[in-house]
Amino acid sequence: MTGEPILSLRGLTKRFGPVLANQDVDLDLHRGEILALLGENGAGKTTLMNMLFGHYLPDRGEVLVADAEGQLQPLPLGHPQAALEAGIGMVHQHFTLAENLSAIDNILLGAEPLLALRRHRGAALAKVEGIMAETGLGAPLGEVVGRLSVGERQRVEILKALYRDARILVLDEPTAVLTPQEADTLFANITRMAARGLSVIFISHKLREVLAFSNRIMVLRGGRVVGGMMTAEAAERSIARLMVGEDTAQSTRDPVEPGAPVLALRDVSIAGHGVRDSLEHISLSVHAREIVGIAGVSGNGQTALAGLISGLAEPDAGTVEMEGVAVTDFSPMAFIRRRVGRIPEDRHRDGVVGAMTVAENLVIERLDDPVIQHRGFLKRNAIRSHAEEAVRKYDVRGPGIDAPARLLSGGNIQKLILARVFEQKPRLILANQPTRGLDLGAASEVGRRLLQARARGAGVVLISEDLDEILALSDRILVIHDGEVRETTTRDREAIGLMMAGEAA
Amino acid sequence: MIRIEPRTAPSRAITLGVPVLAALAALALAAIPLALAGADVLGAYVLMARGVFGSVFTMTETLTRATPLILTGLAAAIAFRAKLWNIGAEGQLYLGALAAVAVGTGAIDAPPMVLVPLVLLAGALAGALAMAGPAVLKIRFGADEVVTTLLLNFIILIFVQMMLEGPFKDPMGLGWPQSEPIVDNAALPPLVPRMRLHAGLIVGLVCALVAHVALARTVWGYKIRAVGENAAAARHAGIAVPRVLMGAALISGALAGLAGVGEVAGLKGYLTADLSPGYGYAGIVVAMLAGLSPLDVVVSAVFIAAVFVGADSMSRTIGVSNYLADLVVALSLLSVLVGGFVARYRMVWVRRG
Repeated sequence: MTGEPILSLRGLTKRFGPVLANQDVDLDLHRGEILALLGENGAGKTTLMNMLFGHYLPDRGEVLVADAEGQLQPLPLGHPQAALEAGIGMVHQHFTLAENLSAIDNILLGAEPLLALRRHRGAALAKVEGIMAETGLGAPLGEVVGRLSVGERQRVEILKALYRDARILVLDEPTAVLTPQEADTLFANITRMAARGLSVIFISHKLREVLAFSNRIMVLRGGRVVGGMMTAEAAERSIARLMVGEDTAQSTRDPVEPGAPVLALRDVSIAGHGVRDSLEHISLSVHAREIVGIAGVSGNGQTALAGLISGLAEPDAGTVEMEGVAVTDFSPMAFIRRRVGRIPEDRHRDGVVGAMTVAENLVIERLDDPVIQHRGFLKRNAIRSHAEEAVRKYDVRGPGIDAPARLLSGGNIQKLILARVFEQKPRLILANQPTRGLDLGAASEVGRRLLQARARGAGVVLISEDLDEILALSDRILVIHDGEVRETTTRDREAIGLMMAGEAA
Repeated sequence: MIRIEPRTAPSRAITLGVPVLAALAALALAAIPLALAGADVLGAYVLMARGVFGSVFTMTETLTRATPLILTGLAAAIAFRAKLWNIGAEGQLYLGALAAVAVGTGAIDAPPMVLVPLVLLAGALAGALAMAGPAVLKIRFGADEVVTTLLLNFIILIFVQMMLEGPFKDPMGLGWPQSEPIVDNAALPPLVPRMRLHAGLIVGLVCALVAHVALARTVWGYKIRAVGENAAAARHAGIAVPRVLMGAALISGALAGLAGVGEVAGLKGYLTADLSPGYGYAGIVVAMLAGLSPLDVVVSAVFIAAVFVGADSMSRTIGVSNYLADLVVALSLLSVLVGGFVARYRMVWVRRG
């Protein structure tokens, strides 16, 4: 399956201020090989690929790419154009497509001379269609990218790289935004392309897909290569240990009898501007000592549902009951007073005020509390000692409680939010994509805290795109699609995946 | 090639040194047009310094000039901290001055202990009122407050001119469009005998101190900072964003209104339509130079006042245009902005190869 080396990274080192993002990283890629680059957030995967592609200039080290004769030649560093010419294509996690142009225009964009007298569209179109037929990547080429689904956009990105004759394709977390079925299709296409000689590096932190679809695995931790193995010889547990550096505590969900309902939505509708913020006649209930998982692909109404339970949105129809009492005042403060703990989806935008200190952010939801203020004056000592305790208890690591919250890493910002939510002993918890972008350690901490709150008697609504997370934590599973929710009793990934895609199970 | 990297922890020397270096850089840059104008640069700066520090008179003049700048600077600083772009301090200043004249020219007869606070209160309320409209339009309809407050400046100025030609016109004013004089009991008393420096400075300093404490130590200030730095997170955390914006708007307008009271009841004694040479706009520069910190507003207001007073005096003595003062102020703002960038980032020379 694998042939001669096509790419070789030697001793790549990159430092950002005091942070060593990559240290002496060696990597070899062979023709037709699918290499999975595995590591936690902040392990240096993306930095490494950005150096390969010329976005970053390494402090030390070199990149060698095979030329037409198969001889490894050094690649001029820091020049994306040189990387493109050497046949390296990159598909970023956040797509770089112009939404107002058609798919074909996006593919051609940058590949044709800016001041060409006429465009050779016919030939270009034929080439793209040839690639599509060969690889199985399908996309409506004439459609404006803004109207394409996420999966289609990703295929356009890949086609764009292949159109430029990429021999090496780098995919940064390609499945983060896909349904399980879309992800499977993507990997089937990748396997097909690799069989035809394309070499692929894909970045991931999902062990399951890495084990299923790669030929070889390389694990990065703390900017360094900590292990490499053929996928056939790899075991899930040993890779996880390599990634994290220690065994992760697997959270266990003991069966408990759910209590009284804490939240009941009856026939609730929200008319938003699109599917993303609309709900259609939703009914669901959450009991004490119960985690209700809401599975679904992003943009199917989760925003509206989360807004409703956060107190940010008001229903246009239907009733919301909390602990048996109909809710009439919809505001974040009213929901905080009802002891609803909210873990927002976008923790940087909605979760913290980055310019304010860790200590200040920890009390932002309880500014009325006489513990932290007296006649409108902040009790600075009380706030600081509260922060010191919370930081210790929830293991928030960073430059200290007086540092701006924006200096914390994503995982530690999430721990700050966990501290804020759980210290209030909430009766209902909304956790919206609580582990997105977190490394394994922080993610398992989130799961542990949610289970702890459940054991204490709280009801939890867990909205997540990560089906593994939903399956691991939820007592009941609901699937959201197109603003509607359906309860499911199955625990079969395949069946739930089909429901997420809108097909009847 | 130069690469720019964020500094991890700006050192104390940098945070303190940068503003000073920026001021020096501004003076150095201003030397170029000064030399082009044919002046002896060093001599001009000596004259300028003498125009500021030369005597008790010049020093009190600088502080007199700084007084309205402190208040309009605070007005901008408070609003900007909430990301509310109040560009209307000039209009609010005039409306405050008009209110001071309405109350303080004999309509009410009371001892200074009563009348002076009353005049200050009237000016503050009028300034707040002038900012209430744009604030409501922003909160209710999302109208851009930069546009509304800026345009309101012209409306208010014309309104004041109309009043000065009409009901507020001084019958003894020989036909000039000016108000009746402020009565003695309503006037802000001078601070130094026979000098123009008046109690408005005390008002400004107290406001700066109160604003500092309020922003740093109170729930109100916390909410303003939170809304300004991240309105989405503030709203999510249950902070009533519209109410906080409204509060910041009213306080900002009130501070600008107080600046107007000081000018009319402390300095000029009566209201004319040329009361302010743009103190409202200069307040924005003062606030930006101060990094929106209320205590630093005092320092930057004094600095800008000194540049104006010094450049005025220098240009009179050696006969160069007094627009040079505007130039130095503009250059210092640019220098401070660049300096702020330097303080936050470091430049690293990278050798190619």
